Formats: sequence, C-alpha cells, structure tokens
Amino acid sequence: MSFVEKDKPRKALRASVVVLLLALLAVALIAALAIGPYPLNWADVSRAAARLFGTNDAATSPGEIVFMRVRLPRVAAAALVGAALAGAGTAYQTLFRNPLVSPDILGVATGAGLGAVLGILLSLPVAGIQGLAFAGGLATVALVYLISAALHGHDRTLVLVLSGVVVGALAGACISLVKILADPYDQLPAITFWLLGSLAGVKISDLGVVAPLVLAGLVPLVLLRWRIGVLSLGDDEARALGVDVPRLRAIVIGAATLMTASVVAISGVIGWIGLMIPHIARMMVGPNFDRLLPTAMLLGASFMLLVDTLARTMARIETPLGILTAVLGAPFFLWLLARGRRSWS
Amino acid sequence: MAAGPNAAVPLYVLAPDKMVGWPSAPRPNEREFILTAARELPELGRLTGRGDTANVEVVLKAKPDLIFDFGSVSPTYASLAERVNQQTGIPYLLVDGRLDKTAASIRLLGSALGVAERAEVIARYVDETEALLNERLKDLPEAARKRVYLARQPNGLETGLTGSINTEIIERAGGVNVAERASGRGGIANVSIEQVLAWAPDTIITWDANFFASYTTDPVWASVPAVVNKRVFLAPRLPFGWIDAPPSINRTIGLRWIAGLLYPDRFPDDIHKVARDFIKLFYQVEVTDAQLDRILAGAQPGERRR
Repeated sequence: MSFVEKDKPRKALRASVVVLLLALLAVALIAALAIGPYPLNWADVSRAAARLFGTNDAATSPGEIVFMRVRLPRVAAAALVGAALAGAGTAYQTLFRNPLVSPDILGVATGAGLGAVLGILLSLPVAGIQGLAFAGGLATVALVYLISAALHGHDRTLVLVLSGVVVGALAGACISLVKILADPYDQLPAITFWLLGSLAGVKISDLGVVAPLVLAGLVPLVLLRWRIGVLSLGDDEARALGVDVPRLRAIVIGAATLMTASVVAISGVIGWIGLMIPHIARMMVGPNFDRLLPTAMLLGASFMLLVDTLARTMARIETPLGILTAVLGAPFFLWLLARGRRSWS
Repeated sequence: MAAGPNAAVPLYVLAPDKMVGWPSAPRPNEREFILTAARELPELGRLTGRGDTANVEVVLKAKPDLIFDFGSVSPTYASLAERVNQQTGIPYLLVDGRLDKTAASIRLLGSALGVAERAEVIARYVDETEALLNERLKDLPEAARKRVYLARQPNGLETGLTGSINTEIIERAGGVNVAERASGRGGIANVSIEQVLAWAPDTIITWDANFFASYTTDPVWASVPAVVNKRVFLAPRLPFGWIDAPPSINRTIGLRWIAGLLYPDRFPDDIHKVARDFIKLFYQVEVTDAQLDRILAGAQPGERRR
C-alpha cells in the first residue's frame, strides 16, 4: 500500500476526486435548498441568516420558518442519512470482504422496521415510533451477534451472515404479522409508507439527536481505518499483522449498526444506497478503506440530496425514497458495472 | 354476515339481530355504543376473496344465509365475490358503496334482508341529509368555499387526495380538499410540511389524537392559517369513524358535522342534538351527555383543550 502512496500522479488524481466530490456535494446542497413547493426569496434567507447572527429582531416571516425549520433540517437530514448509510455500507462490505453486502446484512433495517411498525400499531407519538425503530435496529443486530457467538462454527463470518439472514427473516415475518393486526384504514398505510422511507417529517430536534449518534458511530471507523483496511485482506493475514480480529469486528459492526439504526429511525427504510454507493466509490478510488470511507460518504450525501429533492418536488405529494433510490440507482448501477473494470479485491 | 368492515356498519344498522359475527370485533371503547346482543358476537374476519383473514370453515360453521359486501363493484371485486360464492355455496351480495349511492344501496340491502321498513327509515335520513346539503350549499360561491386539509398520523403529514374514499365527504360537505391529485385515482399519500404551508388550508381535520395533542407545540404548524385561526378539529371515531374507518354509511353524521364546521351560518344546527339523534336512529343506543361530550371532544370550534 505505502509504496503506492508515493506515486505522485495518482495522488494528484485522488485529490482531484475529492475536490470533485466536494463540489458535487456543494451543488447538491444549494440546489436542494433552493428548490421546493413553498416559494422562497432571498429576503427570507437573508432574514433567517441575520437572525442567526442576532441582527434581526423582527417577527419571523412564514418564508423564514419554511427555510429555517423545514427545508434546512430536511436538506441536512438527507445529507446525513445518505452519508451514514453509504459509510455503514462501506464498513460492512469491507468487513465481510463481500461486495453484495448492504447495511441490512445483519438485520438492522428490518429490526428497525419491526420497531417502527410496533410503534405505529400501539399508536405511539412520533418520538416513540422513532425510539422503537432505533432500539429495534440495535437489538436485532445484538441478537444476531450473540447467536453467532454462541454457535461454534469454524467460519465466523459465515455464521454471522447466516444468523443475520435468519433473524432478519424472523423480524420480517413479525412485520407481516403486525400488518395483519393493524387497523387497515389508519395504521396500515402508515406502516407501508414507513417501510418505503421518507424524510417528510424531519425536524431540527430529530437532527440534534441523530447527528451525534451518527458521529459516535463514525469516529471509531475513522480512528481504526487502517486496521479495518487490513481486515479486508482476510482474518489470518490480519491476525499475522497483529490485529485483534474478533474485537475489531465487534467494533466495526457496532459502529456501522449505530450509524444505520439512528438514521433509519428518522428516515424509514431506504434501500440501495448502502449497497450501491460503496461500489461506485470503489470504482473511483479503489478498495482501500481509508480512502473509500470519505468518498462513499460524500457520494452518499450527494445522491441522497438528489433523491430527496426529487421526492419532494416531483409531485405535490411525497414520492417514497425507497422507490426512488431503486428506480434511479438500479439502472445507473448496471451501467457502471457494464462499463467499469472489476475493481473489487 | 358482513364480508368486511364496510359492510358491517350497514348490516348492524339495518338488522343487528341477523348478524352472525363481525369482520373485526368492536374495540373496548366502541362497545358501549353498540347493542348488547351485537357486541358479544364473535369475530369472523374478512371474507372478500382477497387479503382475507376469515377461515372459511369457521364461517360455514356460523351458518350465514347471506354474505354481504359493501364497497367497490369493480370487475375485480365482482369476480372475487363470485369465487367466494362458489367456494362456500352461500349467496353473496355485493352492493355499491359509493357515497352518492348510499340511500339506494341501503334500500337494496333492506329488501334482501327482509327489513325493508327499517331500511326505508335509514335511507330517508340519508336522503334528507343529502337534500339539506344540496339546498344550503347551492348558492355557496366558489370563492367562499373553505380549504380543508385532512391530517392523518401523529405527524399530520399523511393525507387523502381529492376524490379518494378517505376525503370524499369533505368535498361532499362543501369543502375544498387542498390535496388535489395530479392524475389518476386518489388515495392516501404522504406530503411535506412545506407543501401544507404552500397549500395554506384554513381548516384542518384530523382523526389522530396524537397529532391533535402535539401540533400546537410545533412552530412550523403554528404558521399554517388553520392553526393560527384555531380551526383544527379532531374527527370523532365513535362508535364508528365519522369521516372514514370504515368508509361506509357511518359517514352520514360526518357530512353534517363537517358542513356545520365549515359553514356555521348555513348549518346552525346543534351538533350535540344531531349526533344524539343519529346514534339513536342508526345504532339504536341512547347516549348520555357525558358520553356525547367524550365522542365530540375536540370536534367543535371555540373549545380549547387544557
């Protein structure tokens, strides 16, 4: 690895990739802030900015409220959700050394879905539904991890993935059961929409809770990025290089799960990003985790901003995010696969 | 027996003694508004031929003479009814459940059940309600129509589009549903709060107690005109929903309620009296003042919550 770093032209190329991605994110942020069903003008935005710096004591205008309390939180949430899902997907794919892995491999999204639909079934307020979703996601992965630890298989990764599949299937069955029990006029549509994902209801207060949780998951991934990269060489090689594999694996799973569960609690289930974005990032910067993680997170944030802006502006009603990510993502991904060289491994 | 919740209401209203069971049993808070004999009937599940929860053997054991469904009469549902009929050998009556066909459908069901007299009384009430609406709204200028948003779910961001079965009574009662559909069939949809602000409804109707309890503390909802003018109302749900849930003849009272909310000068009737009479006539129970207050909590203008 290190001898590649000294290769000047490639380093310049990588720097230009980062600049490009940052520019893309900036454009996506500005576009997302500028577009929306409520007509905003510069006066609203500048008044909002002035209030932030304490130079505006006039009464709040409706436009200002829309900008500060509706559009800004939503745009921030879209970027956060995209970055977190893409980052978690990258971590999982590297950990399992498998490009088919998505953040849901250990059942975090399905578990969060089960928590949320239970909250809807019990007619809890929004915060209760979000809390149950978060707890459901964490609890499911914890269960998967404990089961795989209790089973004495020779291949830890395989046992872990299989436990994830089994527990995920159980949680999925429980979701179906809740759907049968739910009130068909009131709760059933809510459950359906939740399982398709949306950022329509995001508030500043949600972000205040979720952003620190995502950060808490991200910090260990960043600090341990070299060792996680070594993990992608295989357990034996990593062990030979002095990495405590079981401990590192537990930390990566915990961190990536925390990131996924906290954003899914406010956004609902959004597929594809965690699977697709790490791939695209890998095509751009190669498989090294320390470069892959920031690239994937920047790309994920930009992609999610694009998708969410479409979701709230295509029609007067919201288009579910889960549908858009698949409809936009799948053909693009196929095209990339067809033309790109295979850059995994 | 009733094939689904939609059919259970007209069946209960017309002939509670002829029911063999409920598609879904009355919930604890609904039971007090339902006749004693009927409230103890078993839950048999749905039997419409699609998404069924009823066990055909359990249904056959209850020995119904007729299976009745009330709702869509599209070819899909007609063929599903035929399949249920072929499988069970029990006659299956599928009646058009659209709002403007209500009175005719009630008469049809009444003659099928042999309770034509009772059906005539109910159908006449429906006819009177329709006539009342038509007469009092006929000279209502387009510009004076109230703009209504239906808020569902605790966050209030799920709504029904114009023409959907979930909101049609708002439109029938003279309101304009702000959530107009772009094309095709109306249904349930999610919207953003930004879109609600852009629509600027002057009245919000919700049936979600969580939303009704929480919208006042949210600064974004506070800038919606309906909230500024304190025109957010909680739709009663007892003993059956007033605006939906199920979208059946229970909505007749909802028409009177919404019309009274939107145009109090044209509909000055006291909703307490109207509701009491309706519940007595349709559901055959006398409600006390305390029960009525409970039903109507949050459903009237000027009433502030603690």
